[in-house]
Amino acid sequence: MSVLTVIVLGFLLSCAIATCLAKDLLVSVIIFMAYSLLMSILWMLLQSPDLAITEAAVGAGVTSILFFITLKKLHAIKVKHSEEKDR
Amino acid sequence: MKKKIVDRLRQRYAGDQSPLDEDMISSLGEQPPELMRTSDEAYEALEHVHESRVWEAVRQERDMYQQIHKWSYSSGLRLIKRVYTTLAVLTCGGIILFLLWTVNMLPPFGNPNNPDNNEVAARYIEQGPEETGAVNMVAGMILDYRAFDTFGETTVLFVAACSVLFLLKLNDHKDGKPTSAWLEAEYDDRHHEPKNDQILQFAARLLVPIILLFGFYVIMNGHISPGGGFSGGAIMGAGLILYLNAFGFQKTERFFTYNTFRWITFGSLITYAGLKSYSFYTGANHLGSGISTGTPGALLSAGFILPLNICVGLVVMCTMYTFYTLIRKGGI
Repeated sequence: MSVLTVIVLGFLLSCAIATCLAKDLLVSVIIFMAYSLLMSILWMLLQSPDLAITEAAVGAGVTSILFFITLKKLHAIKVKHSEEKDR
Repeated sequence: MKKKIVDRLRQRYAGDQSPLDEDMISSLGEQPPELMRTSDEAYEALEHVHESRVWEAVRQERDMYQQIHKWSYSSGLRLIKRVYTTLAVLTCGGIILFLLWTVNMLPPFGNPNNPDNNEVAARYIEQGPEETGAVNMVAGMILDYRAFDTFGETTVLFVAACSVLFLLKLNDHKDGKPTSAWLEAEYDDRHHEPKNDQILQFAARLLVPIILLFGFYVIMNGHISPGGGFSGGAIMGAGLILYLNAFGFQKTERFFTYNTFRWITFGSLITYAGLKSYSFYTGANHLGSGISTGTPGALLSAGFILPLNICVGLVVMCTMYTFYTLIRKGGI
């Protein structure tokens, strides 16, 4: 196990714990995105580039976007006051 | 007569809905005035008793409700939260311990005496390129030896897209008129859409062609590299979503509508099923595709793996895009 793998695994664990403990759902989703990116680096280090590509596209891209829309639909994303006035 | 009427009134208040007697109704008409008055008094007294009982019941109920409310918002909530947290931590810890214990019992990685190192793996390695025509063993495995497995996965994606359609698609037209729910969703979406967001549009103009081209490359290169249908489809789907976010529905509707989704998905699944299920009827004897075995760098090689890859990629791309549009607006 190389030094890079250990570092990525450490970040992965801290990201996983931070995703659970984050109070704000938006912050949680963003940390989850970071988790997916680290996971794709890990797949690359494990020599499976196809899974790395899929993880980056699905985990960090599409899943997070779907989460963002859901949060927006539920009005769980706080809007700034200046934007609130325009509505 | 008076007693009879009072009795009957009492009965009616106790819940008896039987109609009044014929003779009672007739007697009501010819009563002397004092009897009328006293029957009215009896009626009022009864009503008073009834009302006070109802009020008593209502007050008791309200008191009880307030007590429960107070309890649930102070100590009850805390109790439930504590129980929930404890249970969640215990379950998570238990699962983690169980999984680590299982991993500990696995044979060491790369050991030649491992149980998975048997004649199946040897055959895949030795005869794979010859039998499947794939240059890469992974591609030969997922799209030839285990093509039905991949077919099942693609069908699962299709079924997922269908269920999301059932759940979230709004009726856009009813009797030739747009429905109010659809109009509302449309307005809401147009309202929140980024209008002429310069940074996003410039980035999308730069990135979308590159992303789509890369996805296309991954799909077309899948048969001579370790698999590419799913990854390429996911990349192309993400590119389409970026395009939609930057330029809005009006521009994407020019090339991607509900019918496009329907026909691409249907055609891909039918092609996949046709290419792979005929060998059931020929007794596992392949007819031969007429395409040569895999040659690195050659586009048209490696048997059926390239068309199968394209089918999987198209289904994945459409599914990703459809998920996004359905969740965002309730329609494609």
